[in-house]
Amino acid sequence: MGREVIRDKVAITGVGCCPFGENWNQGPADMIVDAAYEAYADAGIEDPQRQIDAVFTGSIYSNKGPHECSDALKLFNKPVTMVSNYCATGTEALRCGVLSIAAGLYDTVLIVGYDKPKDRGVAGPSVMMDRVRDLPQTPAGWFALCAATYFEKFGAGREDLAKIAVKNHKNGTLAPNSFLKREITVEEVLAARMISWPFGLYDCAAQTDGAAAAVLSRADLVPPAGRILVKGVAVIAGPNPQKDPGNDFLSWKPSAWAAEEVYAQAGIDDPAGQVDVAQLHDCFTLTELLSYEDLGFIEKGSAREHIADGRFELGGALPVNTDGGLKAFGHPTAATGVRMIYENVQQLRGTAGARQVPDVHTALSHNIGGHPTACGIAILGKS
Amino acid sequence: MPGIVSYGAYVPPTRLDFEVMAGRPPREGAGERAIAWRDEDSLTMAVTAGVNCLRGFDRTCVDGVFFAGVTSPYREKQGAALIARALDLPRALRTADFSSSLRAGEGALCAALDAVRAGAASCVLVVASDCRLAAPGSAQERNFGDGAAAFLVGAHDVAAGFEGGFAFADEILDVWRAQHDSFVQSWEERFVIQEGYAPGIQEAVRGLLEKQGAEISDFAQVALYGPDARSQRAAARALGVAETALVDPCFDRLGNAGAAFAPLLLVGALERAVPGQRILLAGYGDGGFAHAFRAEAPLAELGARRGLRWHLARRSKVARYEHYLAARGLDAGSAAGQRGAGLSATAHHRERDDEIAFKAQRCLACGAMQFPAQRVCERCRARDAFESVRLSDKIGSVVTYTRDYFFPTPDPPTLVTIIDVEGARVHLQLVNLPAGEVRLGMPVEFEFRRIHEMGGRPNYYWKATPFAGPAAGEGSA
Repeated sequence: MGREVIRDKVAITGVGCCPFGENWNQGPADMIVDAAYEAYADAGIEDPQRQIDAVFTGSIYSNKGPHECSDALKLFNKPVTMVSNYCATGTEALRCGVLSIAAGLYDTVLIVGYDKPKDRGVAGPSVMMDRVRDLPQTPAGWFALCAATYFEKFGAGREDLAKIAVKNHKNGTLAPNSFLKREITVEEVLAARMISWPFGLYDCAAQTDGAAAAVLSRADLVPPAGRILVKGVAVIAGPNPQKDPGNDFLSWKPSAWAAEEVYAQAGIDDPAGQVDVAQLHDCFTLTELLSYEDLGFIEKGSAREHIADGRFELGGALPVNTDGGLKAFGHPTAATGVRMIYENVQQLRGTAGARQVPDVHTALSHNIGGHPTACGIAILGKS
Repeated sequence: MPGIVSYGAYVPPTRLDFEVMAGRPPREGAGERAIAWRDEDSLTMAVTAGVNCLRGFDRTCVDGVFFAGVTSPYREKQGAALIARALDLPRALRTADFSSSLRAGEGALCAALDAVRAGAASCVLVVASDCRLAAPGSAQERNFGDGAAAFLVGAHDVAAGFEGGFAFADEILDVWRAQHDSFVQSWEERFVIQEGYAPGIQEAVRGLLEKQGAEISDFAQVALYGPDARSQRAAARALGVAETALVDPCFDRLGNAGAAFAPLLLVGALERAVPGQRILLAGYGDGGFAHAFRAEAPLAELGARRGLRWHLARRSKVARYEHYLAARGLDAGSAAGQRGAGLSATAHHRERDDEIAFKAQRCLACGAMQFPAQRVCERCRARDAFESVRLSDKIGSVVTYTRDYFFPTPDPPTLVTIIDVEGARVHLQLVNLPAGEVRLGMPVEFEFRRIHEMGGRPNYYWKATPFAGPAAGEGSA
């Protein structure tokens, strides 16, 4: 397979993101329009109907198909495609856009991820009961299953997880469009009501409404100065962790698989040294912890010491979730992967304000999805 | 040879015709169904059917009463005892109620035949009676009818000797009524017929023919249960039942009378049969059954009885649909209170080996165990090459766990685990253990439990429970 074939073929010329939160007074169309028009302006798109060749969109809670996006933006007489990969949908939409340009089909495409879970009238995720044998279960319950095993083998505990939540809340206060703008303490995290051991409320991402968008163009049509390029984007399917007879519950297999693929695409052989900033899928604190290791930022089992030494904080060697992550910025399922692109583009441009990581050349974004058996990773860099 | 000594029936005289159901005036010649009026229920109908059956027989000889049906007015309290007193039967009496299934009438009849054959009883009255409630305006309302059939089962002077029977059981959620449902619920009609009734009734009849070494054409009278006219006709055709042999199912005059329906059709067969003819009775519900009888000389001596024919001739139409609703304590909006269908009964049907029998599979190519059943092996990708392995009687161990406080339960947290059973991984609740005492690697066994009540039904699955060690006398190692 030509793993490097998409590297540097596609530029991201504009990004947009509506404020994430309980957007009671905005419908999906309102959020889509806000995000897309911000991305148009950022990319210098003045006549989207003429300049956008195709749209790739994704939403988990909507059942209206691609029409919801095309109708909101009034982009007609062009292909509009809806993709679905649960929480990795945003990265999946990006991948489809990148592939379509790299294949030479289009010059400029729009990607839009959005979701509106707060129209359902329930707080938190739905308790899923599709079948009799599918126990009443929630995403917290899926990911919590790695805790007992990881804690026993590597000696970490709830306090280590709490520090991740504290970091992400702190970063969230610095991002204008984030949902939660309140710093918290380790003590607060540990005292919060239990959701699914070891996850208390503050170990869980904030489910919100939101939309994010990006404009992609053929790299050779964009002036090289300050150009931001897609170095690699991979989406990988994995087995259901609950049924997989070979699962050791110490790592999230698809994360490691997707990392191997995307590093090969991007020509990265030392992720710890080459990745300057990362947006990781912190749906739960432990998910972020496992991802440090599964993506090769640190050795398996060593997360506890690196959390303690501040490696992943703003100012650390490899800042993670600089905008607050799913935890504090908010998690509108299909928007999240695109929101990460929004943040990484700002980091690469040096326009991230108080969140700015110095000297960013390579930025990574990581989505776990697929219910929850898939992983998508995108790596952006400068020319 | 044990057999049926006498028979009787009861069908309420009130008829609701299809015109009236549609809000129009009744019309002579319109299809109709028999309905129990406000002062009737399955017990009153059973008593009258019993009276009609016992007419001309010495009641003091009766030493058993079995009552069958799915609509006893009592959830707790025996119907058979009340029927026995109403019929003034002797106090020394074995009584039992058979319920829950549309095959309940068959169960009662079989138990009576077995008791007589074994010499445990000499003369047992079997009464099947039902008045099932359909949601107003539903398709079931056009199909359901009310009625009762009674048989006196004895060893001597039988009018119809019992030659043998065949039955099988099946777990399927096709038609049901949970503890708090007012109306009969059912899954999509096409599923109910295509996966339930149609193959079920044929399996029953073919099973009997094979067991008896008989052909369908050996039976001059075939009393074939059916949920509706069309499905019953299709089943008769598939089985090759001759037009002349098929007992009239009376859908447009009686309706499907639940657990009493097949017994009522047997009454219809006895009314038509002449000594020497063989009679086939087949029914369906959570499985199926088929019984073979032979009409004997005493049948001719029973004379005209108040059976099916007599009752179908005695009828009066309800003038207005509202009168029917009032008599049944319904209003037209009652159906709105029906519960959602909940979890897919179709999926449950497909997955009953996984969920109810708790079976995993072992790959015949590489030996990998997996649960639930897959088409392609997770390890070696071999396709459709598996053997089934029962997990329910195995010992497993805890791979990992979480204590879930989020999903609604009266006593959180719920202990949720991944259990390894012979290499298969199963996501299971762990019960009978304080949530703080779970340990990685601890051995567990499995118990059949209710898992949740989605759709207003009890949903069953297995749970893990700490391994309690071998019971006394079990295992020697």
